[in-house]
Amino acid sequence: MAFERLRSNERAQILLGLLTGIVFGFLLQRAGATEYGVILGQLLLTDFTVVKIMLSAILVGMIGVHAMKAAGLIRLHYRSGSIGATVIGGLIFGAGFAILGYCPGTAAGAFGSGALDAAIGMLGITIGAGIFAHLYPALERTVLKRGDFGVETIPELLGIPAHYVVPVVAILIAGFLYLLESMGL
Amino acid sequence: MLEWFTVARWSPYIAGAGIGILIWTTFLLSDRPLGASTAYAKTAGIMESAIFGKRVKSMPYYRLFSPKFDWQWMIVAGVVIGAFISSYLSGTFGLLLVPPLFAESFGANVVLRASVALFGGILMGLGARWAGGCTSGHGISGTLQLSIASWVAAACFFAGGILIAGLMFGFRFI
Repeated sequence: MAFERLRSNERAQILLGLLTGIVFGFLLQRAGATEYGVILGQLLLTDFTVVKIMLSAILVGMIGVHAMKAAGLIRLHYRSGSIGATVIGGLIFGAGFAILGYCPGTAAGAFGSGALDAAIGMLGITIGAGIFAHLYPALERTVLKRGDFGVETIPELLGIPAHYVVPVVAILIAGFLYLLESMGL
Repeated sequence: MLEWFTVARWSPYIAGAGIGILIWTTFLLSDRPLGASTAYAKTAGIMESAIFGKRVKSMPYYRLFSPKFDWQWMIVAGVVIGAFISSYLSGTFGLLLVPPLFAESFGANVVLRASVALFGGILMGLGARWAGGCTSGHGISGTLQLSIASWVAAACFFAGGILIAGLMFGFRFI
């Protein structure tokens, strides 16, 4: 299959990664998501730009990805989670999110649009990732597997096939976005 | 049509839908979800290997995420370039050391902002790898696959972020 050949072509993938990143960075910057004030505004719940971008990306992405999965064109790639990994790591990330004021993707975008504090942030993220790499064997033995979620996806959890769950989640997201707009947020 | 590329802001819904479609292409053409934080782990490994030599690559974590310039790494390099192109075309590019909102509350001290950014970045890099992804990997790519870990992670990103942002700037929504 042509897609399989492309996916295993390392050189082509490097070029595709670069192009994907360029489009991603362009969209993040143009929507305002690379601005410190916009990101902090989201965490202070005064500016909902970030949530609007994320939820519309989830809505559109979810429908296409599940349709392609159903058609046998792609495989899904998700990770299992646990209290020890997902919740603890997620809360540490959240603290860093507020203190830095950018996330790993938007820090790169902020740097590209001239924010030099974001470049320091990127250095910090690299150091933090390196620290995790060193702690990984010890964390893997102790906290990371604590409180395993057991199931990996919402359809699996509910025992309902994805083609029923996807439209429901789509309606919930659209409804939530409509609510945000009607509240003037 | 051309004005569209120079206007300062696009609707978050248009940009979000564009990111959603971009993720269709990463699954179809690259067999991968879109994420940013893996690239930082790879950079850490590349820098460590440059300083401490090949033994770094045999560390268990770097065997899972091999430190090399690949698709994942190019994503973040591309984001820098894409954001530069966007800000240049729209005339919003501008060098900035201390964001205005930070300066309002904590003053325009460059060293203070740099220290806070470095500290926040370290926490973020640690947390992202601990949780197995970031705002894009878990928050968008994972949630759209209806992954439970990703929805929980995204909720924790925002819970932690809202709490700390509120402590730093005051809980303004109340």
